[in-house]
Amino acid sequence: MSIIQIIFLLLSVMAVGSALMMITSKNPVNSVLWLIVVFFAISGHYILLNAQFLAIVNIIVYAGAIMVLFLFVVMLMNLNAETEPIKNRRLQLIGVTSGGALMLIIISAVSKIDVEQLVQINAGDSGLIKVLGMNLFKNYVLPFEISSVLFLSAMIGAVVIGKKEEIDIKK
Amino acid sequence: MDIKAYIILSLVLFTIGIVGVLVRRNAIIIFMCVELMLNAVNLLLVAFSKMHAMSTAAKASANFASDAQIFVFFIMVVAAAEVSVGLAIIVMMYRNVHTVDVNFLNRLKN
Repeated sequence: MSIIQIIFLLLSVMAVGSALMMITSKNPVNSVLWLIVVFFAISGHYILLNAQFLAIVNIIVYAGAIMVLFLFVVMLMNLNAETEPIKNRRLQLIGVTSGGALMLIIISAVSKIDVEQLVQINAGDSGLIKVLGMNLFKNYVLPFEISSVLFLSAMIGAVVIGKKEEIDIKK
Repeated sequence: MDIKAYIILSLVLFTIGIVGVLVRRNAIIIFMCVELMLNAVNLLLVAFSKMHAMSTAAKASANFASDAQIFVFFIMVVAAAEVSVGLAIIVMMYRNVHTVDVNFLNRLKN
């Protein structure tokens, strides 16, 4: 067992275990913190695949910005384990069974493939910032500019939705 | 590293996201599980991109294999926009019904 496989297994166990802890923990704040651990494990996988730009962006955008936003909302609403709504046992059992059945079916389908394709580990320059930047600003300029419009509309939408309702009916 | 290991890892993470959506009633946790599913797909896209780089390493440039990673970058952009709007909707829902339980959102039923 090489060192690469050991690191892969460690990161995988970390990601899957933290994801399980996220959906089972009662306190929403704990769920948010476990999800941050999952994102760090996935960033570790990106580093292992030598996709350095995506690893950094994943940490900054997901673990940094998005999860802080989630944590902010959870703490703003003062959610904790006492106020947590619990589904009844039967529905939980149905959900876990159907999800597990889906997983088993796709895993058995995937393991039937007899193609032995290898993944480039810790080598290759297709994930470096220089290569990605050249590709992004040469071939994907239009989607990049459109995404700025998307961000503007998302910002306006969030402000409009989150605004307090004015007294709109004049008696 | 075999590509199958990455496929199975992403599949397990994606399924955990699906199970989380099915078994939880808190709207914020459901939203977080959707983020987890997006991340599983991102990981699979990067793994396939590196598989492509392995098989065409001799004849193509690095530019050729980085398309999937650009795609992952755009998925992250869309996810960030989606999260801001979605959390605004959840905050507004909390302000109106004073709970984040999705079972209370059945006013369109009758």
